Amino acid sequence: MRIKAWLVKLATHLDYPMLLLLFILMLLSMFLQYSAAGEDNVKLLAHGINMLVALGIMVIVANVPPQYLLALAVPLYTTGVILLVGVALFGDVVNGSRRWLHLGVTRIQPSEIMKIAMPLMLAWYFHYHEATLKLKDYGIAALLLAIPVALVAKQPDLGTALLISASGFYVLFFAGLPWRVMLGMAIAAGASMPVLWHFLHDYQKNRVLTLLDPTQDPLGAGYHIIQSTIAIGSGGNFGKGWLHGTQSHLDFLPEHTTDFVFAVYGEEFGLLGNILLLLLYLAIIARGLHIAAHAPTLFSRLMAGSITLAFFTYAFVNMGMVSGILPVVGVPLPMMSYGGTAMVIVMLGFGILMSVSTHRKLLKS
Amino acid sequence: MIEPTEIKYYQVELTDFRHRIMIAAGFVAVLFLVLLARFFYVQVLEHDRYFALAESNRISVAPTTPNRGIIFDRNGVVMAHNYSAYTLELTPNKIKNISATIAELAKLVDITPANRKHFVKLVAESHNFETFPLRTRLTDEEVARIAANRYRLPGVEVKARLFRQYPQNTSASHLIGYIGRINDADLAQLKADNHYDNYRGTDHIGKVGIEQSFESVLHGTTGAEQIETDAGGHAVRTLSHSNPISGDNLVLSIDSKLQAIAEKAFGSFRGALVAIDPKTGGVLTFVSNPGFDPNLFVDGIDSTSWNELNTSPDRPLLNRALRGAYPEGSTIKPFMALAGLHYGVRTANDTIPDPGYFMLPNSSHRYRDWKPNGHGSVNMHLSIVQSCDTYYYRLANDLGIDRMHAYLSQFGFGQKTGIDMDGELAGVLPSREWKAKHSKQPWYPGETVIAGIGQGYNLATPLQLAVATAALANGGITLKPQLVSAIIDSRTGQRRNIAPEVIANAHIPPEQLKTIVDAMIDVTRPGGTAAVASAGAPYLIAAKTGTAQVVGIRQNEKYNAGRLQVAHRDHALFIAFAPADAPKIAIAVLVENGGHGGTTAAPIARAVMDYYLLGKLPKNMSATAVGATGDNVNAD
Repeated sequence: MRIKAWLVKLATHLDYPMLLLLFILMLLSMFLQYSAAGEDNVKLLAHGINMLVALGIMVIVANVPPQYLLALAVPLYTTGVILLVGVALFGDVVNGSRRWLHLGVTRIQPSEIMKIAMPLMLAWYFHYHEATLKLKDYGIAALLLAIPVALVAKQPDLGTALLISASGFYVLFFAGLPWRVMLGMAIAAGASMPVLWHFLHDYQKNRVLTLLDPTQDPLGAGYHIIQSTIAIGSGGNFGKGWLHGTQSHLDFLPEHTTDFVFAVYGEEFGLLGNILLLLLYLAIIARGLHIAAHAPTLFSRLMAGSITLAFFTYAFVNMGMVSGILPVVGVPLPMMSYGGTAMVIVMLGFGILMSVSTHRKLLKS
Repeated sequence: MIEPTEIKYYQVELTDFRHRIMIAAGFVAVLFLVLLARFFYVQVLEHDRYFALAESNRISVAPTTPNRGIIFDRNGVVMAHNYSAYTLELTPNKIKNISATIAELAKLVDITPANRKHFVKLVAESHNFETFPLRTRLTDEEVARIAANRYRLPGVEVKARLFRQYPQNTSASHLIGYIGRINDADLAQLKADNHYDNYRGTDHIGKVGIEQSFESVLHGTTGAEQIETDAGGHAVRTLSHSNPISGDNLVLSIDSKLQAIAEKAFGSFRGALVAIDPKTGGVLTFVSNPGFDPNLFVDGIDSTSWNELNTSPDRPLLNRALRGAYPEGSTIKPFMALAGLHYGVRTANDTIPDPGYFMLPNSSHRYRDWKPNGHGSVNMHLSIVQSCDTYYYRLANDLGIDRMHAYLSQFGFGQKTGIDMDGELAGVLPSREWKAKHSKQPWYPGETVIAGIGQGYNLATPLQLAVATAALANGGITLKPQLVSAIIDSRTGQRRNIAPEVIANAHIPPEQLKTIVDAMIDVTRPGGTAAVASAGAPYLIAAKTGTAQVVGIRQNEKYNAGRLQVAHRDHALFIAFAPADAPKIAIAVLVENGGHGGTTAAPIARAVMDYYLLGKLPKNMSATAVGATGDNVNAD
């Protein structure tokens, strides 16, 4: 009886429209991974377990009231920054960049923590300066944003740095960052492009140049984009059918279970499948924005809005990259790509969204 | 307690926040529309292109090369065939550092600098081939060693390939020819002929000889295998395939043993011999000496051998039988005599006085006979037996160049014989028309006079001489010479014989023919110019000797072989057919710088006839080829 009561209590804090959408997405993800992994049941099982773990974390987080999350903001952010400094000093180098930190038994990627800690910290800041909000507060927030972003960019992991700064920026945006400031920032960003370009690593420059003309280096940097575009394009209106994509099954497509899984999807399910996936993502985003619009406190509004737009950003950047309109950055397709960490981070976000959504009702009643 | 102003502020802020939520939603919608536009572009508008790219990624059409046809001689002896051997092949596209890979391979199997050089050359000359042999003819042990190390040598393969081999080696080399790697010129030709598709996967093509002229028969039809491959280039499954059709086999009219005997008979002399079956036009022997080893060419000749062949003063790569043009010399006389009879300019019994020279009216130039004091009173019979020059100077002058040209043309002089081998020369049978084409000078009567003894502008290939001799043996009917007598279909095994083909018929009345043949028989009897070489033959030989001048002799000078450099000595010529009463073989022999036709050329022909008609093998080749002298015989 106690267990049943517990379960009932847990279930009261779930946002059911969102949960339904997520279940559909997960089901689609299972089918896609089965095909992308070459009908490998072991890998499918691992993917399923990742999902269940992420789902569990989501349920737990959904039951944490927003005010507790608020209290977590500063410690999490501080820990994150310390870990990032640790990475910069003692991190492991994998594939040419320093992203991992060994913590005795396990090793972690602190930049992933920042994806949640960043909006949490900024939302916390605005929440406590709500009444006396001045322009300088945006400046302080920008500084809070810049420190971890700079550390991640230094690793170098430009993709994650951009995603973290995006999630932080969304908080600033929803907190009411004046339009003129945004315009100024846009101009400043445009003006600093040539300078930034200078600081990019050669491989990063290559990725951008490759996007402009993938055929420059068809077997090198352009290979990923060329092969994924071929996969998607060859899918046509209705796709080649589940398990019938030749580009992935014959290994022409690199990273076809992780970052480039969308190419498998586009090849096997075609334009129709792509439209359905876009609609599914759109529905999730719409639900997220709806939750944000009806959130009771500034903190919960900012968190819900930022998490939703971050989710959109992951999806857009990944699909844009795989279909050849954005440079190749290491961003997985949310809920579809294989990989536990990314999935846990995404579901953690949905947990916060559900917490915001369900605790509002409780507050009202 | 909440201040009213704060509530108001809260309301304003919430309105602004919701406003911004709408803006965010619009932002999301716009960017998703951008994605949708991109999907529409690649999946609908550009779908065909990307679909084709995906298909070409996975499907590779591997040509399956047909086996090249085998060449047999008339008795089924193999002249050219294929054998299977292991080769070490490299795919440069799959190898990052070729020289490192080759160095690695050199530790496993023996790779000579020549192998490396050859490989580099092949890669440089390549067109559509992806893999190139680094070494051929691997032993089983070498194959095993490479197989054991293959995992660390990407792009390296051991393949079983068919190789062309010429078991007769240098024998019949000019006749069979050889195949070699397809080069840019071959490629351009294949494309021009629309045969390129059939050569996907073929890397050799006939370069000279039968291998070249029967390329389309020997090559066969290339099959194709549609294979699905993964990104690593490994075949996943076969989607469809069509079998290659082997090239057809050829049966030559050549007798390889006769060929070998003829070649041996030449010894170290340069020259050519063509023997023809006068009834069919089938070529029995086709010699150009010296020859070469065609096996050297199959996979690209090494530079040392090439230089040796190419710079040798003996010019072993020149097919003298087909492409060597020489003055007919006195071998033209029987044909001239026939022309005289045909036009009624001479009868068999007409005699002319021979003081040792001939002079045109109103000219003091003496056209000298080879016999300084002349042959006395000479009729047609004697003119052939003793090869009297004066008789033919006069006959030519009486006939005139126009009639000479018209009549001799019927025997194939001055035109290609149409033999089934590419590249033959037409020679020269001079006429006014021919001279007008080649010179601004008019035709001079003196040119007619020397044409009468096969000198001057006259040129003929040994093949042409053999064809003309065969025509004589055949009663004046000229047949097209044929090297290939039958083609055997590779699928059905059916033999398709190639029918003899008549080119011309001189319609020689029997009594005229008898006059000439009788005289030619007496050439081989005591008192004739080929008596020694014909001595003891149990069959009748009809023959004519000849000499072709290499350098002109001045008016008051005497030809003296001993004083001349070997290279300036006369070429020896000999034509014959036997048995004279029922001819089975007609022969033309040319020996470069051989001097008298009766001494050097005739014994070679004799050895061939003895074997062909009697099955008799010559006892001492070298003695018959070079040792015989004929002091008492006037070769010319």
